[in-house]
Amino acid sequence: SSWWSHVEMGPPDPILGVTEAFKRDTNSKKMNLGVGAYRDDNGKPYVLNCVRKAEAMIASKKMDKEYLPIGGLADFTRASAELALGENSEAFKSGRYVTVQGISGTGSLRIGANFLQRFFKSSRDVYLPKPSWGNHTPIFRDAGLQLQAYRYYDPKTCSLDFSGAMDDISKIPEKSIILLHACAHNPTGVDPRQEQWKEMAAMVKKRNLLVYFDMAYQGFASGDINRDAWAVRYFIEQGINVILSQSYAKNMGLYGERAGAFTVICSDAEEAKRVESQLKILIRPMYSNPPLNGARIASMILNTPDLRKEWLVEVKGMADRIISMRTQLVSNLKKEGSSHNWQHITDQIGMFCFTGLKPEQVERLTKEFSIYMTKDGRISVAGVTSGNVGYLAHAIHQVTK
Amino acid sequence: AYRTDEGQPWVLPVVKKVEQMIANDNSLNHEYLPILGLPEFRANASRIALGDDSPAIKENRIGSVQSLGGTGALRIGAEFLKRWYNGNNNTATPIYISAPSWENHNSVFVDAGFKDIRTYHYWDAAKRGLDLQGLLDDMEKAPEFSIFILHACAHNPTGTDPTPDQWKQIAAVMKRRFLFPFFDSAYQGFASGSLDKDAWAVRYFVSEGFELFCAQSFSKNFGLYNERVGNLTVVGKDADNVQRVLSQMEKIVRTTWSNPPSQGARIVATTLSSPQLFAEWYDNVKTMADRVLLMRSELRSRLESLGTPGTWNHITEQIGMFSFTGLNPKQVEYMIKEKHIYLMASGRINMCGLTTKNLDYVAKSIHEAVTKIQ
Repeated sequence: SSWWSHVEMGPPDPILGVTEAFKRDTNSKKMNLGVGAYRDDNGKPYVLNCVRKAEAMIASKKMDKEYLPIGGLADFTRASAELALGENSEAFKSGRYVTVQGISGTGSLRIGANFLQRFFKSSRDVYLPKPSWGNHTPIFRDAGLQLQAYRYYDPKTCSLDFSGAMDDISKIPEKSIILLHACAHNPTGVDPRQEQWKEMAAMVKKRNLLVYFDMAYQGFASGDINRDAWAVRYFIEQGINVILSQSYAKNMGLYGERAGAFTVICSDAEEAKRVESQLKILIRPMYSNPPLNGARIASMILNTPDLRKEWLVEVKGMADRIISMRTQLVSNLKKEGSSHNWQHITDQIGMFCFTGLKPEQVERLTKEFSIYMTKDGRISVAGVTSGNVGYLAHAIHQVTK
Repeated sequence: AYRTDEGQPWVLPVVKKVEQMIANDNSLNHEYLPILGLPEFRANASRIALGDDSPAIKENRIGSVQSLGGTGALRIGAEFLKRWYNGNNNTATPIYISAPSWENHNSVFVDAGFKDIRTYHYWDAAKRGLDLQGLLDDMEKAPEFSIFILHACAHNPTGTDPTPDQWKQIAAVMKRRFLFPFFDSAYQGFASGSLDKDAWAVRYFVSEGFELFCAQSFSKNFGLYNERVGNLTVVGKDADNVQRVLSQMEKIVRTTWSNPPSQGARIVATTLSSPQLFAEWYDNVKTMADRVLLMRSELRSRLESLGTPGTWNHITEQIGMFSFTGLNPKQVEYMIKEKHIYLMASGRINMCGLTTKNLDYVAKSIHEAVTKIQ
């Protein structure tokens, strides 16, 4: 007999499992609107030009493959902090922060979660917006924390339930942990406006909450890196010492290279050093030190003026194509004769759109039209092209009319 | 990390070649790998550990999880065991780690949640070799179902491995007492220059019908340190059990790093799946192993010619990157302060730090330390 007889078969990952089902489908019209990976207008993965150039520069330098420090590539972590905080940020200039390289967004979130479990003794509770990225919950749970929620998405309007959110946040016990999506909320695409962020910051300060920002789409949401980081920077300026997770998977197309960073804003540089030492102690027994390739590419881009300029243009290009697909989807739905209000499709921002489709409708889309998305009605707009937007609109109209 | 005779890091020629191939291949992109990793990497990595003719592979009862280096493989394995071994979420299962061992072993299992971490006798300082009897006694006394971390070859830090005969004795006790073997294989090929020889223990356990884990690292044998290339090989009773195990490992991976980095795995997969590149790699590995073996024999012969008190055969009998010289902490301090030769307080030296240029100096310094300091 086996040691593993009692091990249950785990369910397929809800998000990544969609792609796997898509791959098995033989319908030529099939569409993968599941996982959030950018596609160009031909539906192909897009390797940024600035990435190719950075790779060529790196190859020509013939560097060795020695271990990185536990905290990662210094040029990368410093540039990451500057990208998030802004070069004029007092917190950045004074050095009262620590940034460690993480395994893309997931790894960075997990480092933070483990750090909170070990050092944030005031609370075990992490408050997530309802809904949030599916993987947030198991990440915090596996780290040993508990999950709570605050109202966020209003399914009636397909937009932000701001009064509900403020009401819930006002009741969160002091010194709890609250997670906020910095921009391009996943899965809804619904972001607070700047005046709303200001009110949330004031409330969060009043409740003395620890703020954990997840920023996976800086630059990718509006096309402007400063605009997308506005909330993070505003909170810090208000004296809220946030912790932050960044990903370069989408905004630099570095998905499989796992480039990310975890940052803690501290009271001063000395505290930052102590926090850094503890982060290293957490990281070492996870994977010793992080992978170089993605971080080196990102660092080359961020730190080389020409490449950085080119990157900003390319990330705006990706964001613009997404925005254009949203517009085309709405106009195609109108053309199909749909009487529903689809404004939320263009109001929402970033890679994802919460269509408002119900699970039964999603199932029909998959079974009858080979259109794949997650059960919650979330579509990855990045998977829409000018070639298939008509088909998508047609299919959505069929299941909603 | 390995160093050339000029004391420099060494990017393997086959790695440079394959990186260039990858860079020139416009069909490649940076898309996410599957959660468990690059399929060609996983299959090849496990094949390297278990052997082309492994019965476990033929019987389709092996699984692989691409991981962030050997450390990542150990951690995923530990997290799985914590949840699913010896009941569910049984953090009380004793974990046995050799005395001494790589210090991070302890941290990996502590952070995975295990509460009872113990040591098993391993290094006999008096005779500068394996304390086999102590080891076997500890296994006899260990509670059933305890987990034992075994170094597949080139024990870190002592460089002292059980002989095949000794491994057979170890396996017999473990089978009888229902102890779980978790191998750490960080030096396959790098230790002796032979992949098969360095994997002998793992393969023997598989042939004896054990279910086991083997955490593999390609940091040293491919020189891919900073690309974090590792693999957790799972050997089970049958395909169904392995499938279920992998599905649960996926869940653990998803909350740790979602999916692993692609660059290093691609380099290894490309190399291992091409007969020509594989031969080049084997040659590169042998170059590294041979240099280390040469340094060992040169150091030993110098110490013996100098008449340095004590016996020095352990220098050549030990294997891999490290050697437990037998120097005590005071002698080590002398080496560091007076001779500017850096080694661990345990007396562990990294053989890769020796070069034809510094052999004489190192030998003379050891001689001084041993004769001047007791």
